[in-house]
Amino acid sequence: MSAWQFFLSHREEIIEATLAHLSLVLLSMLIAIAIAIPLGMLAIHHRGIRALALAAANIFQTIPSLALFGFLIPLPFLGGIGRRTAIVALVLYALLPILRNTYVGLTSIDPAVLEAAEAMGMTNSQILFRVRFPLALSIILAGIRTATVITIGVATIAAAIGAGGLGTFIFRGVAMVSDAVILAGAIPAALLALLADLLLGQLERRLRVT
Amino acid sequence: MNPKFATASDTVIEFRDVTYRLNGSAARAIVSHISFSVARGETLVLLGRSGSGKTTLLRLVNRMLAPSSGEILVNSNATTQSNPIQLRRGIGYVIQEGGLFPHFTVSQNISLVPTLANWSPADRAKRLREMMQLVGLDFASFAERYPRELSGGQRQRVGVARALAADPPILLMDEPFGALDPVTRSELQKEFQALAARLKKTILFVTHDLREALLLGSRIALLQEGQLVALTTPAEFLRLDQPEARAFASSLNLSSGAPQ
Repeated sequence: MSAWQFFLSHREEIIEATLAHLSLVLLSMLIAIAIAIPLGMLAIHHRGIRALALAAANIFQTIPSLALFGFLIPLPFLGGIGRRTAIVALVLYALLPILRNTYVGLTSIDPAVLEAAEAMGMTNSQILFRVRFPLALSIILAGIRTATVITIGVATIAAAIGAGGLGTFIFRGVAMVSDAVILAGAIPAALLALLADLLLGQLERRLRVT
Repeated sequence: MNPKFATASDTVIEFRDVTYRLNGSAARAIVSHISFSVARGETLVLLGRSGSGKTTLLRLVNRMLAPSSGEILVNSNATTQSNPIQLRRGIGYVIQEGGLFPHFTVSQNISLVPTLANWSPADRAKRLREMMQLVGLDFASFAERYPRELSGGQRQRVGVARALAADPPILLMDEPFGALDPVTRSELQKEFQALAARLKKTILFVTHDLREALLLGSRIALLQEGQLVALTTPAEFLRLDQPEARAFASSLNLSSGAPQ
């Protein structure tokens, strides 16, 4: 059976898996953003948090993704089989690029601008939210973009622990030695990644302040 | 009125035996045992080479730095006793290249301190127009521009307008015209001279350019390696025997030498 025929005959199943994949990625990204951006903000003024957070995020990124999924399965609350475990792993992966870019963006502001802000009598939180954050936004968004593309790819492996998504086709295709079935998962995943990259890239350029 | 009392209230900024060292007592002092005072309405120029401690003195006034020993009085209150945020909102600050917020328009930059101080929108708008007129920027063509759309001289005008917006009695200026081309610099210096005479602000002005110091200063304080080595009027300055003052005076002769 050709890949095209498989696509046509499994159209609904593929769309459903794509949507499941997308919701897995979106949910993971939202959680990762909600953790990484405040952590990056705290890291500016707290050396301990900075060292700890960046080291931890670095370590998670070095663990092979399949191994990380495996490690998480036996854990209480966070672990087990299914979507929840997959989201935990995806969040851990997405943290580093967002955290690092948030920290770099917030700390690479022109010193003259920060000096002026301080001298005008802005409080630390006013400097953070009215000066540092708006000026760092495009760099933070670049981190989110990198993390999103990574997450879309890694999320295919989440099918190995029963989280569903496009990985289901890939694993099934590998087991059946069928290129057509593998492509039914791989092509939509690649398209999602390209699309996310494109859209977030556009947003990033729009927010850039020079 | 008691004359002694009048004298005391005429001193706006006073340094009393101020020493500042980078973190801890072991480090070399950036400035040491500095004492001087600035009278109301005066423009005191802090003159010195790079690294002589001029900018440090400026940053001690609005408590961006705290003295290691000694004290600085602003309106008779020790800076270390006052709330730094309130203190800074009452002191205008202008730095080289303006230090404008690149994500704010000209009008947002100028209105920053009034916004922080919760002025009403009507008062802010009125003040914005006054300030832009004061520094010679046409409201219609500049208010909505971003700093990147301005020339160096225009940016510096915005920087001055921003510092004056909340009408602070004190102005700190750190080489405000240092990054400008000579023609623009000279224009802005002359305008600023007129502005200072009209507004009667108390001004501390940092520069390494003797010509600028002579033009703008009512007095000149000369700094050398963290020490205050001379404090005098512009007229007296050129007659000083102090070696560093001579060095500055001879730089003036060189740069004004006749073209060959």
